[in-house]
Amino acid sequence: MPAPAPIARHTIAVLVDNEPGVLARVIGLFSGRGYNIESLTVAEVNAAEKLSRITIVTSGTPMVIEQIKAQLARLVPVHKISDLTTAGPHVERELALVKVRGGGEKRVEALRIADIFRARALDSTPESFIFEIVGDAGKLDAFIALMAGLGLVDVSRTGVVAIARGPEPL
Amino acid sequence: MAKDRMSGAEIVLQALKDQGVSHIFGYPGGAVLPIYDALFGQNDVQHILVRQEGGAVHAAEGYARSTGKVGVVLVTSGPGVTNSVTGLTDALMDSIPLVCITGQVPTHLIGNDAFQECDTTGITRPCTKHNYLVKNVDDLARVLHEAFHVARSGRPGPVLVDLPKDIQIAIGSYIPPARVVHKSYKPRLKGDPVQIKRAVEILAQAKRPLIYAGGGVVNSGPAAAQLLAQFARVSGFPVTLTLMGLGAFPASDPRFLGMLGMHGTYEANLAMHGCDAMIAIGSRFDDRITGKLAAFSPHSRKIHIDVDPSSINKNVPVEVGIVGDVAHVLEDLIKFWKSTQAKPDAKALKAWWGQIDGWRARDCLRYQNSETIIKPQYAIQRLYELTKGRDDVFVTTEVGQHQMWAAQFFKFEKPNHWLTSGGLGTMGYGLPAAMGVQIAHPKALVVDIAGEASILMNIQEMSTIAQYRLPVKVFLINNQYMGMVRQWQELIHGGRYSESYMDSLPDFVKLAESFGAVGLRATKPSEVDGVIKAMIECPKAVIADIMVDPKENCFPMIPSGAAHNEMLLGPADKREQPISEDGMVLV
Repeated sequence: MPAPAPIARHTIAVLVDNEPGVLARVIGLFSGRGYNIESLTVAEVNAAEKLSRITIVTSGTPMVIEQIKAQLARLVPVHKISDLTTAGPHVERELALVKVRGGGEKRVEALRIADIFRARALDSTPESFIFEIVGDAGKLDAFIALMAGLGLVDVSRTGVVAIARGPEPL
Repeated sequence: MAKDRMSGAEIVLQALKDQGVSHIFGYPGGAVLPIYDALFGQNDVQHILVRQEGGAVHAAEGYARSTGKVGVVLVTSGPGVTNSVTGLTDALMDSIPLVCITGQVPTHLIGNDAFQECDTTGITRPCTKHNYLVKNVDDLARVLHEAFHVARSGRPGPVLVDLPKDIQIAIGSYIPPARVVHKSYKPRLKGDPVQIKRAVEILAQAKRPLIYAGGGVVNSGPAAAQLLAQFARVSGFPVTLTLMGLGAFPASDPRFLGMLGMHGTYEANLAMHGCDAMIAIGSRFDDRITGKLAAFSPHSRKIHIDVDPSSINKNVPVEVGIVGDVAHVLEDLIKFWKSTQAKPDAKALKAWWGQIDGWRARDCLRYQNSETIIKPQYAIQRLYELTKGRDDVFVTTEVGQHQMWAAQFFKFEKPNHWLTSGGLGTMGYGLPAAMGVQIAHPKALVVDIAGEASILMNIQEMSTIAQYRLPVKVFLINNQYMGMVRQWQELIHGGRYSESYMDSLPDFVKLAESFGAVGLRATKPSEVDGVIKAMIECPKAVIADIMVDPKENCFPMIPSGAAHNEMLLGPADKREQPISEDGMVLV
């Protein structure tokens, strides 16, 4: 028996018609065929042509990743697909809002760590902060993990958006 | 040109007419009444009134598969839609082009749990190639033309258009089906010449080559089947076909090895296992074909032609994948084959044919005939022998043992004459499908080779058959069991026949008569020929109740979880442990 194929994380950008049901088609495809979704973001990016861009972070063997791309391409409202992970260098960013509650030393420590991570305080009360942090998913994970010991009460994350480096569009 | 401002319902009729639709299959209801009203005042499109919406979809499938045209369905909202879901899924799995128009509650009531409301686009999203909810009457004509384009092009499939009642009444603009250029949907027809060249190089070097073709050849059109035959001729390669592909290559051709897969022939499956180069043409490496994936055709270099890129490398990794329409790709491939004067190793090919002939000599479809009890294989064999002189014979089937026996014993020379539910395995498909075929080919001999369990799932369509005086013939292989379930229970579940026997079956002769059809019955082998002849000669619909051996099993068989070279050839070929533990979980 050959060794099992390695499972890798891929970031896939999909350009779709911004029409009702298009997100349901994409999500239904993933759940119906048993593919993973680690994160998914969607927003309109071209109002004139009514195009939305979906960024999906998924994982699978090379054969599964190829299937995901082929199955996405089969959806009628899908214009373009790019596997940013294999297409070349790209930039990934995610934004998180992190609510921390506490006082005294912990409050000071939270502010100090936020400073190191270049997180901004968006809201402050005598007993809480809301931090905004931007970075790749790993940086957000690290920040949130540190806040866990300092009164973390709530997290909201956008999911990953990504774009290829260099002058070319999708 | 007629007026270009009209009601939504009139737009539907005009679009159908402009798309060349002559027949639609449907069932009225509250949410489609405006369309039925528009139907009433015209003669271009004939409506066939079925008895349940599921029958309408299968009938449209039969119509589509036997003509190469798009089949059209018209049903109401709610239950009309949910009854259609099986047929839509069936059409999606078997790549049958359909347009299904469904009524919907008026737009202002959508989401309010109105009477006969359901989330049609939500329910049918995974079982259609694409679907639309039209909320503006001015989009309607474009959407309908687009629906036909999407249904018939690329890998064909069902497309649904959900039409709220207020849109059917609203007045809007009609646009004719000018050449549809879709913004994002652009299926690829021509194959990549670089890949075609690589394919030819691999095939020209092959010592044990095999062509494995499927339903994609039929869907591509008659030219594809001719090109397949031409390629087999110039290359001298053997050909095997999938269940959906039967007819895409003439069964009488000496290069034909028969159907492959779970109930395929010994020679086809061993050739798949033993080949050193395989070209898959419009076939999709379905689990009924591959058996145990890890042991599937272990020594072959694989080439795959398919119009659907997602079919390539889905189940079986291939060395060369060619995305394109079968006819287009085969045309280029043959041209390239000829221009490079590809000449496979004649000596090796001869040895390969020698090996294949050795497997053929096992005569794997042989069965123990009887003088006293009708063997199902015998009945189907006689049906074939007594109809083979005609070139207008269409065969549909239900699902189960009789379906596999029909695939094994009925020989097809041309595509589009064999209609069966391959991917979904829908019991109840055959009778309505035969009805659709007969509508499209009024003078043809259309036979539903049926099982008594399956046919009861859509037996109500006998009433439609009566209404339109369709001379559909039902050749009922009656073994009083769900035969394939019984067979698996015998082989895998220790002979515990849990719920696979049906008590209180109807008297099918009387049932036929009650629907104005003719009922015939054969209970012993000597009666079979007479019943078949009477059935063929009868100008009316017939149910021929063929009482067969209830205990007969369908062989050859690759048990689930087994490899091609682990076939069971017959009842004497039982193994200690025919099914592995891994195989037990498979269907």
